Amino acid sequence: MSLAPTPSQTVGPFYGYALPFAKGGDIAPTGHPDTVTVHGYVYDGAGLPIPDAIVEVWQPAPDGSRTGAPGSLRRDPVKGEIIGRDGVAFTGFGRIATDADGHYVIRTLPPGGAPYLSLIVFARGLLHHLYTRAYLPELTDPTADPLLASLSPERRDTLLATPDTGSAPGVLRFDIRLQYDGVHEETVFLAFD
Amino acid sequence: MTTPLTQGDISAEIADEREAYAKRVADGAPVENHPSRGYAPYRSSVLRHPKQPLVAVNGDPEAVELTGPAFGVTDITAFDHDLTRQHHGEPLGERIKVTGRILDREGRAVRGQLIEIWQANASGRYAHQRDDHPAPLDPNFTGVGRTLTGTDGEYEFVTIKPGAYPWRNHVNAWRPAHIHFSLFGTAFTQRLVTQMYFPGDPLFAYDPILQSVTDESARARLVAAYDHDLSTPEWSLGYRWDIVLDGPAATWIEEGR
Ligand SMILES: [Fe+3]
Repeated sequence: MSLAPTPSQTVGPFYGYALPFAKGGDIAPTGHPDTVTVHGYVYDGAGLPIPDAIVEVWQPAPDGSRTGAPGSLRRDPVKGEIIGRDGVAFTGFGRIATDADGHYVIRTLPPGGAPYLSLIVFARGLLHHLYTRAYLPELTDPTADPLLASLSPERRDTLLATPDTGSAPGVLRFDIRLQYDGVHEETVFLAFD
Repeated sequence: MTTPLTQGDISAEIADEREAYAKRVADGAPVENHPSRGYAPYRSSVLRHPKQPLVAVNGDPEAVELTGPAFGVTDITAFDHDLTRQHHGEPLGERIKVTGRILDREGRAVRGQLIEIWQANASGRYAHQRDDHPAPLDPNFTGVGRTLTGTDGEYEFVTIKPGAYPWRNHVNAWRPAHIHFSLFGTAFTQRLVTQMYFPGDPLFAYDPILQSVTDESARARLVAAYDHDLSTPEWSLGYRWDIVLDGPAATWIEEGR
């Protein structure tokens, strides 16, 4: 049996009350010593940052489990507001709206059994979301990973988070470029069938 | 100064895109269920879509994307699915019920997964700082809902019918009434953000966002059906909208193989 899928449509500009939630990028339990920070900008084909993109992240827990856990958008039972994670459970899921500078920040724990964070990008102007991966340098052997090994070095580099010079250890930079801007390589985006 | 873009310009481009698609299919190309990201009549897409082909990650059973996040009762409250009861007063507009089932492309029900919706109010205005359409805000309507799918993949929202609203793609551009939907399947590959439309809307033909789905039957799948059996006497009108999520999932986990 194969059903025809419902088409995608753009997230548009007005998702603000619906999708972003408090501490959406703080996947790591509060104050965990192994926390890695992955941050960057989402850019368009003119090289300008996109202030109304949404980045979602999904990853295995540090022990390698891939079942995730509820509680990313935990609610205040009195007021109904989203109060976010309880700071203990590892849900594996994060969601960050880029700020006015087109910037996003993820604080998480290194995934177990896979060297990358799986990312989805949504934006006004983008009719169908895009998948990409942020490979973490300490976990990644670019010659052994089948996806990375299949890419040219310039294309491959768009999937590698890099240590952020001048920042504390454990801070990685991962920019997402929706389109070649004349200077910078377009990020590799993925398809799954 | 450039000439302002008219509806006639955009409608001509929409017709060209549709003709080009018909020719591709006639020449043996596959049916396109999703919009092309580089659909130029929707002008915001021009600088926001990749020009390189996507890289296929097929046949990798270890791909993290074949699994996905879990949501549960802590992520939802009882009033989240009823957008008419989130404030002290009743919102203005035509009260409606929207219900349906979420299936994956194998026809399996998507159970216990999160659906999020957002929409304009009855006047076509979003409760969003950057919506400057001069239509009234409704203090009793935020236009945001959430629910978890049931054991048969079913969902239900109670809301009001959103109004059409203008936007600046071209001169006199209007969006047909729609509700934005965000859905999760059992795998990250099945993620879907889309929009539900109302049957018979006269704005369909003019809207480059709906028309970005160039395949006619695919486009029809974005339009809910009015279902009189779902209408509640003296209370609300009912619409049915079933959703099929694309993309593979790691079924060996679910089936315990
Ligand atoms: Fe909208």
